[in-house]
Amino acid sequence: MVQSLFRHASAVLLALTTHAAAQPTAEVLHYWTSGGEAEAVQVLKNAFEDAGGKWVDAPVAGGGGDAQAAVLRARVLSGDPPSTVQIKGQNIHQWAAAGALRPLTDLAERQNWDALVPDVLKDVVKYNGDYVAVPLNIHRVNWLWANPEVLARVDAKPPTTWEEFNATAEKLKAEGVIPLAHGGQPWQDATLFEVVVLGIGGPQFYKKALQDLDAEALTSETMIKVFDQMRKLSTFVDPGFPGREWNLATAMVMRGEAAMQIMGDWVKAEFLSAGLTPEEDFICVPTPAQNGYILNSDSFAMFKVPEDEAGQGQDLMASLVLDEELQRKFNLKKGSIPARKGVDQSGFDPCALRSMEDLEASEADGSLVSSLAHEIVQDGAVRGAFLDVITQHFNTDMSSQEAVNLLAETVALAR
Amino acid sequence: MPQPKGGSSHRTVLDKLSRFLPQLVVAPSFLLILFFVYGFIIWTGYISFTDSRMLPAYEVQGFRQYFRLFAMDRWDVAFDNLLVFGAFYITLSLAIGCLLAVLLDQRIRAEGALRTIYLYPMAISFIVTGTAWKWMLNPSLGIESYIRGLGWESFRFDWIVDKDMAIYVVVIAAVWQASGFVMALFLSALRSVDQEIVKAAYLDGASTTRIYLGIILPSLRPVFLSAFVILAHLSIKSFDLVVALTGGGPGYASTLPANFMYEMTFRRNQIGLGAASAVMMLLTVAAIMVPYLYSELRGKRHA
Amino acid sequence: MPNSSRLAGANGKRRMAGRIFIWSLLLFAAFVYLTPLYVVIATSLKDLAEIRAGALLDLPHELNFSAWQAAWSNACIGVRCEGLKPYFLNSILMSVPAVILSTALGALSGFALSKFRFKGANTVFSLMLFGCFIPLQIVILPMAQTLGFLGIANSISGLILVHTIYGISFTTLFFRNYYVTIPNDLVKAATMDGAGFFQIFWRIMIPLSQPIIVVSIIWQFTQIWNEFLLGASFTTGGAQPVTVALNNLINTTTSVKQYNVDMAAALIAAAPTLLVYVVAGRYFVRGLTAGAIKG
Repeated sequence: MVQSLFRHASAVLLALTTHAAAQPTAEVLHYWTSGGEAEAVQVLKNAFEDAGGKWVDAPVAGGGGDAQAAVLRARVLSGDPPSTVQIKGQNIHQWAAAGALRPLTDLAERQNWDALVPDVLKDVVKYNGDYVAVPLNIHRVNWLWANPEVLARVDAKPPTTWEEFNATAEKLKAEGVIPLAHGGQPWQDATLFEVVVLGIGGPQFYKKALQDLDAEALTSETMIKVFDQMRKLSTFVDPGFPGREWNLATAMVMRGEAAMQIMGDWVKAEFLSAGLTPEEDFICVPTPAQNGYILNSDSFAMFKVPEDEAGQGQDLMASLVLDEELQRKFNLKKGSIPARKGVDQSGFDPCALRSMEDLEASEADGSLVSSLAHEIVQDGAVRGAFLDVITQHFNTDMSSQEAVNLLAETVALAR
Repeated sequence: MPQPKGGSSHRTVLDKLSRFLPQLVVAPSFLLILFFVYGFIIWTGYISFTDSRMLPAYEVQGFRQYFRLFAMDRWDVAFDNLLVFGAFYITLSLAIGCLLAVLLDQRIRAEGALRTIYLYPMAISFIVTGTAWKWMLNPSLGIESYIRGLGWESFRFDWIVDKDMAIYVVVIAAVWQASGFVMALFLSALRSVDQEIVKAAYLDGASTTRIYLGIILPSLRPVFLSAFVILAHLSIKSFDLVVALTGGGPGYASTLPANFMYEMTFRRNQIGLGAASAVMMLLTVAAIMVPYLYSELRGKRHA
Repeated sequence: MPNSSRLAGANGKRRMAGRIFIWSLLLFAAFVYLTPLYVVIATSLKDLAEIRAGALLDLPHELNFSAWQAAWSNACIGVRCEGLKPYFLNSILMSVPAVILSTALGALSGFALSKFRFKGANTVFSLMLFGCFIPLQIVILPMAQTLGFLGIANSISGLILVHTIYGISFTTLFFRNYYVTIPNDLVKAATMDGAGFFQIFWRIMIPLSQPIIVVSIIWQFTQIWNEFLLGASFTTGGAQPVTVALNNLINTTTSVKQYNVDMAAALIAAAPTLLVYVVAGRYFVRGLTAGAIKG
């Protein structure tokens, strides 16, 4: 009685937006609200609607998904989860372990996902052998983006070692240019950190320290060097950096106020959406490192929902996402590369082609690693512990030794 | 027909009912609060003794979450921030609010307009306040660049991006918002001060300052207390302002316990730890509120 | 009337100096309080080039209402580009019922608790009062479960329920403390005349309650309209109140941050409560005087 009464208002709202006949419906909870991201979402939305589905958009802006996590938890606890949620990495596994995700086994068999999805992504989207999410893309994190005109002012080429990077940055600084465009949010600080870990420690060290959380690696000389480099980087940013969104940092590179930005290839979407051309208006090179590829991947997880329309919506969505043409269109907008094999490479820009090439190479030589900042390699708790120390070090005058000690302690506490 | 009898028994039922009517009327509200406030507090307390992570789990594991909480630097920072924020926010709001009220009480012609000007920030949400102040305090577009543009090239006001000062930025915005409300409280109280006593003191030749310090302000003690309690609980609840103004940064330099709790519970899949921090927040509230409520209601009974 | 002011020194010159001092302090304070509002309004009327030029306190060169237009009806939040309009409506649908319900319940409880000192009334009152002071973060998870159980998760009805419940503590406090100041003889006399509980409440108390009703409504409306955390946690997409939408809008950034649209949106979100304070602020202060603050 009370239930039906309270439901009334929401039912009216729903009735206004849904057709009388059952239509596959997907309420999509995501945090893609920047310009380039919104264009990419639009591609998904159009494809879903063309296939007869109804897309209910539920964007939660802010902080690379920080706010979204709260909404998702509240919705799951209330027994009314959004049907389709953009989550990634360890979060997928933890939600699956909590029994909240709907296995997509039948569909995966029908569409033969095992043959389509690259091996690197299978670990991410499978739980106990079942597909519980469908991958959308592959992002590379260890990219350096630069404004060629600004670099030319100091006769510099994109750096390939951290020494070169530091030297170039000093020159730029002397020239009155901001060397590194950066936004001081913990996840962005952590992006710098993991890139430096890969660059200074190499892929094996990266795995030991950030994946296995090996205490020796965490307190090693190498880790101290990593924090030394982080300290250097903190001198290359402008004073107004705290709290800045990543895409506003990108805009600084576009306008030539800053020379470089270290960030995943979603940055490219911003460049492209502003009408700029790769290799002419902006350069993409891997960040200084011997080799290696830091992987980040977005997925749609399908939460267990009661209604039929939503269930059909999930089926429809899951069956569409790996479509070859959709993968192409979506990833062209998003800045990433397709999450399935055998997509026609025409139309992809040099940055994306480089990403595809390097991904294959790094898979072959074992230098493929997963992102910490983006929660692929660790869950929220451990990632948070890293973020606390990284951001605290980056924003204070903490010494590298102190940072290393604090890191070991904080990470142990979070496990 | 034994009508009188039946009628009287009917009446006693009604009588009884109407005798308990006040209780019956309060009951729904009270039960709602019992469930939605105290029930939830108990729930949270229970969860703080479990190893809840992604979703609430109900197996008790003892005080582990509290040990973890106290070992975290982030919690220390948040709690210290609360002390700094609370102290400055409460003191400044009280001082400014009281001063403005006394000044406005001097038969000011435009009192109505001024009062509205001081009071309006209270009408605005923390999100809007945070957005506006963030914009003004942004070093490259706000006050700093404006004053530099006027010719004072070396002017610096970059607290919002300074890890040691960011929490004071939160204080400034919060005081701006609440001090007008405190002013309104004091002003109302000033208007109800017994004018006979004031007049008598005046006839005795006391100066205005003396009258304020010696007679009027001391008589406002209950308002001080009310304002203190309102401000104290606002400072413990403060959450949105930090989110909109500093995002807790630089780093986590300006986070408050409420932000800590939110971050742990929702972002880091540490529901148990978040619950432990919530319990600490509640204990802090209780430490202020229980003595206050006790003294208030005791006082009432005697009066 | 502030008789105390008549005490100001007889000496005309000193008095003059004192007045100037008082006025300069008051005007300075007014300046400080108004600056943020002015900056926000001025910024919302400038175009981006002018904003970037950095003259924060300057008047806009020309009045440009396009940012207001955008914020109201076509700024993007995610892929929806409808501005704040639909969310503004949500906030109205949410706050009006919640304000009325919580005020009504508070008036009834306040009456019962103040005029009928039944056994345990004080304990009940202080237990209810503590509800004013709980940090709302702690209720999110259990509340989410409860709303789910009631079938009103992710809906405006859910928010109405939540805001009503957590408003009762405040409204009960207001009304109880106000009714305490009303002579008990009034109630006694009415009882003698055979008036019942609700008759007394309706015929005697309510007509006397105008000042405190105003306080309660203003307070509740401001709190509920401005609330962010619960709105952000319990609603997504179409059911969000305007504060949450505002935050989403501000954080929905393209590479060019549209400060003017952000500021216009902030003003739109703040307009109803601002209006209430400006129009009814006088009654608010008067109502506070009438007893609400005598905690």
